[in-house]
Amino acid sequence: MAPEIATPQVPAEQRKQNRLGLILPDYQGSASTLCAGCGHDSITNQIIRAYFEMGIPPHMVAKMSGIGCSSKTPAYFVNKGHGFNAVHGRMPAIATGAVLGNKHLYTIGVSGDGDTASIGMGQFVHLLHRNVPMIYIMENNGVYGLTKGQFSATADLGSKSKWGKDNPAEPIDCCAMAVELGCAFVARSFSGDTKQMLAIFKAALAHKGTAFIDIVSPCITFNNHEGSTKSYKWAKDHEEQIHEIGFVPFFEQVEAEVKPGETREVQFQDGSRVRFKAVGKDYDPTNKEQALSELFKTQKERSFLTGILYLNPKQKDFCTELDTVDPPLATLPESLTRPPKEVLEEVMERLR
Amino acid sequence: MTTSLAPDKPKVQAPVINDFSIEVATVNGSGSQTANNMLMRSIFQMGVPCSGKNLFPSNIAGLPTWFTIRANKDGYIARKAELDILVCMNPDTVFEDIQNLRSGAVCLYNEELPVNEDIRKDLTWYKIPFARIVKECCPDAKLRRLVTNMIYVGVLDFLLEIDLQETFKALKKNFARKPKAADVNIVAAQAGYDWAKANLVKRDPFRVQRMNKTQGKIIIDGTSAAALGAVFAGVTVLTWYPITPSSSLCEAMIDYLNEYRMDKATGKATFAVVQAEDELASIGMVLGASWAGARACTATAGPGISLMSEFIGLSYYAEIPAVIFDVQRTGPSTGLPTRTMQGDIRQCSGASHGDTKHPLLFPSDPSEAFDMAGQAFDLAERFQTTVFVMLDLDLGMNNWMSDAFNYPTKPLDRGKVLSVEDLKRLGKFERYRDVDGDGIPYRTLPGTDHPIASYFTRGSGHNEKALYSEKPHDYKNNMDRLARKFETFRAHVPGPVVEYEPGAEIGFIAFGTSHAATQESRDQLRNEKGVKTSYLRLRAYPFNQAVRDFISRHKHVYVIEQNRDGQMRDLLALEVGGECTKLRRVNHYTGVAIDARFITNTVLSQEGK
Repeated sequence: MAPEIATPQVPAEQRKQNRLGLILPDYQGSASTLCAGCGHDSITNQIIRAYFEMGIPPHMVAKMSGIGCSSKTPAYFVNKGHGFNAVHGRMPAIATGAVLGNKHLYTIGVSGDGDTASIGMGQFVHLLHRNVPMIYIMENNGVYGLTKGQFSATADLGSKSKWGKDNPAEPIDCCAMAVELGCAFVARSFSGDTKQMLAIFKAALAHKGTAFIDIVSPCITFNNHEGSTKSYKWAKDHEEQIHEIGFVPFFEQVEAEVKPGETREVQFQDGSRVRFKAVGKDYDPTNKEQALSELFKTQKERSFLTGILYLNPKQKDFCTELDTVDPPLATLPESLTRPPKEVLEEVMERLR
Repeated sequence: MTTSLAPDKPKVQAPVINDFSIEVATVNGSGSQTANNMLMRSIFQMGVPCSGKNLFPSNIAGLPTWFTIRANKDGYIARKAELDILVCMNPDTVFEDIQNLRSGAVCLYNEELPVNEDIRKDLTWYKIPFARIVKECCPDAKLRRLVTNMIYVGVLDFLLEIDLQETFKALKKNFARKPKAADVNIVAAQAGYDWAKANLVKRDPFRVQRMNKTQGKIIIDGTSAAALGAVFAGVTVLTWYPITPSSSLCEAMIDYLNEYRMDKATGKATFAVVQAEDELASIGMVLGASWAGARACTATAGPGISLMSEFIGLSYYAEIPAVIFDVQRTGPSTGLPTRTMQGDIRQCSGASHGDTKHPLLFPSDPSEAFDMAGQAFDLAERFQTTVFVMLDLDLGMNNWMSDAFNYPTKPLDRGKVLSVEDLKRLGKFERYRDVDGDGIPYRTLPGTDHPIASYFTRGSGHNEKALYSEKPHDYKNNMDRLARKFETFRAHVPGPVVEYEPGAEIGFIAFGTSHAATQESRDQLRNEKGVKTSYLRLRAYPFNQAVRDFISRHKHVYVIEQNRDGQMRDLLALEVGGECTKLRRVNHYTGVAIDARFITNTVLSQEGK
């Protein structure tokens, strides 16, 4: 019988303990069943590392997904967290519900470009609109992998299919849309850029609200050829970091000088900080107008800009707005959820 | 119009006490609802059983609407097809309204309407100068349009000998937090009464006399009742998308939650409400919240169920609790969205793809809607699946006289949820294993701090350990267990209420809001034709042995329901095999609530009597 969980390889460096005394393999999941070389697997590895380094209790992780190759990945990380493979395009509703039931969970949703930008567009938009506290990763490869290579709505105009056909439509830019919709954490990255992904994921874990991360993650089987604008080669050749990202968690404070024009720092509600070091020009990720104008420019110039494009850690999130009691609604005792007999009597009296 | 429909003068009639129906024909949005409710309450407070039904259009203001009150000393509260008293307030429908009256009926009309009393010499007419009366009693011109309605209440109080003080009492109760509004309306009712007393000679036989048949009863609509049931069942998450007629259930629940479910110690909510972007999202949120362990529900109508179907199937296969209040109504798109129907039985019993089956509960009055709301949560969490509470527009949006609700006697049943202590004791957890032989597996909630607590939730492709599997025997094992689980339901859903009539060859099966008309029809058949009938009132699907026995013991069984195709009849036919030929259909499908005379006539014609 095949082992249920892949036997983790634990090199010496991985025996390092985090603040909970757990080691990296405590955050691993089942063995991936995706194609060898799939961009999604390298994203999975950085998710594992981020949750480990941030010292997130694995049992408090809720892993949500829709349908597609990307949506299989929650089975491949943090096995001690509960996972939910929902229906196509409807992960946002399931995730929102889970947050309603237990606002203390660390909720992460992994979706793809088909699951998000086509069938799931409605729910995606409203998740952002509500600012549900969770991480939403869109593993973006421009094609439907699990149904064998049809173009998705994020495929670039003129990008070639495996069979030589040009994509006839302009892409939907989910990052620009997210900024417009008021999402307070919008990032774009590349599955080949492990260092940047890790920093973004850790910052996303510190953020209270929806953290939307669009990651170009090449499909090795159906969209990695010459003429594709979502191939490894294309992404490597075209990635432009808008800044370098350094993350300082609240439990490991290190002071560093902030040099105007070169570095910027943004603090999250939990005290964690993210530092941005300018690459080329100074970019202010807290400036919505600048974020949108950069994104419009990338659309026009077909460039591939990565980093945390927009960030506003102070924006009110969904749970703050709902203002429920502190314990999870899921486990409230009957004494708090069933009003006493006198209350029913009072209501009946009014109706007599 | 000069043609006379029925030339005869009304004959002097013997008094008719506590047995009549009143219809108020008015314009939607004119504010008549309060007046009509006050009239109904006044009769109710005099101890006379009564009911109120609002027939309204899909419109905010301007289209015609009719409100019918039935008072009946014997407790018949179903819709009565024939009207006794009509109040004409709507110029657009006045001729049709008058033409539809039976001979001998009473017609009150606004003097400004172009009515020629000669067209129906068989009616008793009362002409009322509403504008003049309201001008005198209501100095604020802006309020006149609204309080005009209270004038006909005052006039009817005089004509029907309803104690005016009861109307005042009802108004004070209704406007408990707005004493000024109560005063304006009290003055208008008094003015109508005084005018009638000074100017009208009573020429009709209808009268209200005090009885004591409403003691301990309440007046409430079914959506408020179900909402209250959910609040007392400890609901913690409500998600919804507005759709008539279920919106009022959600809005009532939100009001009750805000009033009674704020934590006293912290002032914070012990619940969360989300108005979703559509029904796909509202049911998705219910599943997510239930999966996390909350008591979650949504309310919708037929079109919403259609949209929710994929998730309802996921709830069945992944075994996640959900409570759906379906306030049934007619038609998709435009059509009759504000009219009643028992039309979602087929859809809800098998919603989604594959071999899905779902339990349905059928409350027939507000008190049962309250109880079943609570039962639905217990069943959904115990059985880890979707449970439907099947109301309809008639129950949901109309005022019903009901028994007062009983406070729940049992603690909440949160089902088979394993805690950290349970896991420590057991040392083993397999999410989809039938440990107890009832088909119901155990579950853990996210956030349970134990190394074996977690599992991965998927659709149908999993084995007992919740691991991904496409193996034929894993799929079949799971499906067989789900079938066992559904069998277990039979003994746990509310059983039917059965009344065997000695010597009866005919059996009636009805459910939900067809109940009141069915009871009345049985009395009509017995009293008028000597036809005896037994009666089984279904309260849930799946059915139990008592239903099979009932069908076996009768020659013919009439399944009475409010849809065209006999959806419940067909579900029963699947259940009883060869005996299905005994099942006959009494199908009422006009958008208007079923009435007893329709049932009686349909049965008599099928019986050849």
